[in-house]
Amino acid sequence: MKTDNTMETDQTAEVPADPEKREMMLNIGPAHPAMHGIIRLVVELDGEQIQNADVDIGFLHRGFEKMSEQVDYNGVIPYTDRLNYVSPLINNMGYCMAVEKILGISVPDRCHYIRVILSEISRIGDHLTCVGATAMELGAFSVFLYMIKAREYLWDLVEQVTGARMTVSYCRVGGVKADLPEDFAGPCAEAFKEVRTVIDESDKLLTRNRIFVDRMNGTGVISAEDAISFGITGPFLRATGMEYDVRKDCPYAVYDQLPFDVAVGTRGDNMDRYLVRMEEMEQSMLIVEAALRDMPPGDVLVNPETGRPIPAAQMVDLGKMGEIESISGGCAVIGPTLEGSGRAQHSSIAADEKRVFLPPKEDTYGNIEGLMQQFKLVMLGHGLRPPEGEVYFPVEGANGELGFYVVSDGAGKAYRVRVRPPCFAIMSALSTLLTGDMIADIVPTFGSVNMIGGELDR
Amino acid sequence: MTNSLIEAVSDRFPAAVSATHAYRGDQTVVLRPEFLLEIAQFLKEDQALQMNLLVDVTAVDYSTFGKSAKPAFFASSGVAVRPSPLIPDEDPWPGPPAKARFAVVYHFYSTDHKHRLRLVVPVEESEAELDSLTPLWPGADWLEREVWDMYGIRFSGHPNLKRILMYEEFEGYPLRKDYPVDKRQPLIGPVN
Repeated sequence: MKTDNTMETDQTAEVPADPEKREMMLNIGPAHPAMHGIIRLVVELDGEQIQNADVDIGFLHRGFEKMSEQVDYNGVIPYTDRLNYVSPLINNMGYCMAVEKILGISVPDRCHYIRVILSEISRIGDHLTCVGATAMELGAFSVFLYMIKAREYLWDLVEQVTGARMTVSYCRVGGVKADLPEDFAGPCAEAFKEVRTVIDESDKLLTRNRIFVDRMNGTGVISAEDAISFGITGPFLRATGMEYDVRKDCPYAVYDQLPFDVAVGTRGDNMDRYLVRMEEMEQSMLIVEAALRDMPPGDVLVNPETGRPIPAAQMVDLGKMGEIESISGGCAVIGPTLEGSGRAQHSSIAADEKRVFLPPKEDTYGNIEGLMQQFKLVMLGHGLRPPEGEVYFPVEGANGELGFYVVSDGAGKAYRVRVRPPCFAIMSALSTLLTGDMIADIVPTFGSVNMIGGELDR
Repeated sequence: MTNSLIEAVSDRFPAAVSATHAYRGDQTVVLRPEFLLEIAQFLKEDQALQMNLLVDVTAVDYSTFGKSAKPAFFASSGVAVRPSPLIPDEDPWPGPPAKARFAVVYHFYSTDHKHRLRLVVPVEESEAELDSLTPLWPGADWLEREVWDMYGIRFSGHPNLKRILMYEEFEGYPLRKDYPVDKRQPLIGPVN
């Protein structure tokens, strides 16, 4: 009997594979070069055509929402940097504005303008990364290098303002960390000149490039109705022809006072998404230029004798030597890494609410009131205490509507912080986008999703 | 700020609405769970509302709400809020839903009328189940999977209700307030 059984199993095993059978399962990722970020795709193939795609996410889950319930309100800001790490300033801004909404405070106009300028610079950087990476994966490596070069100019600007390139933690609840450096418009104009050159070059290299166009045109198509029903927003939705942009439709900060157009596509394929992103970069630069022009000036307190601010180190030295006459009433210049390029500037960029906003470092180290203000906000058991309530605040992230839903129970820590990550909705539609396309189309479609693991998996 | 959306829903479904508020201008309707699917369909299809974008689905565990230790000596160190004239503050927040442990929170937006509405659906811990919105919005699929993953709230009629951010072997629901923040459940490596 036993022998018979073995015989039977062997026979079944030896049945040759059906030569007509074309179905195949293919596992792509999580550590595949085309799956930048970490996701896993399990696709069912018929020949080269995708019959079904199963998208598996969560490899970068760090428990952002759980951690936000453990630290005070200002302590969440560094975590928000790590959501969409390509444009962290927009996350900072969204979170801070949500907390400001629950507190019921408003920030000065100059602070709004600074936030808008930095958001738009981040948006350009984000789009450059997305378009550059997509182009690289389709073989245009030089475009990627050009665009990363352009992003480097923008990150230099970010570094001048915030002191960091990626993990900026620049916004504060009730303001921003520091004012813009003096004469920021100059370096900004130079950087934009370089970025415009790169965008022009890339446009020449890509937009009429046969290989690029053939692979982008008509792939990853989604209709406006489908995109909306999946909750897709941002450039991905606008490429289908739907004109939804949080900056226009639910304006926040000072976006309603700045002139810009919303770029829309018509067909909702990869090519349109590329074109929409290219146009949005130009629009973002126009916003920054208009904002720098319209921004209300901040009053800069200077040394009354020389008419110039005094460097901080020199001020300390003078103080040690007892020569306080020449520095009293003056203002120390402190680098952006040390919070604030001047104490007086703080009043024009921070909300008029000492129980919310961290004082400038000169005050923290220089007088007892500043030290107490810092202590009350930073030490455990003190800190910011919004009233009980729940708010939702959306901003336009680089990938679409980035919303923060904050619930407070009146304690010093947030009771619940929920992020509405824009690329989560797009990724949930990825299976639909890929089905019916060829396996090679995964690369441009996934590239145009601009999946950012940090905000997708949180 | 008018509360036209709240009125539209509560006039049409007086039996379904248990509370409404517009705290900080966010129009909110608190619903009884059994009416969720019906009201969601009404929001989507009514010509005057046309809430075609399901922005977000999430949940809140209200089991420790207001119970965190307040420092006795510095009880006055809370922030006295000075509401901005830009943000409407006449509408107070009614507090968390009574008795129910969880609240599932839906945010809707209409791209045509440019208005937002929040639905809050209180859910008991013992019968943590709601109707799924996947027949109306395919985007609800992943959002509801995340709520299931993080809070253990089931959605009946969901085509594929399994964990999304955590892995299948994970035990417990990490965003519940009784899940310890430092508890580890690695597939490989040290446990605590």
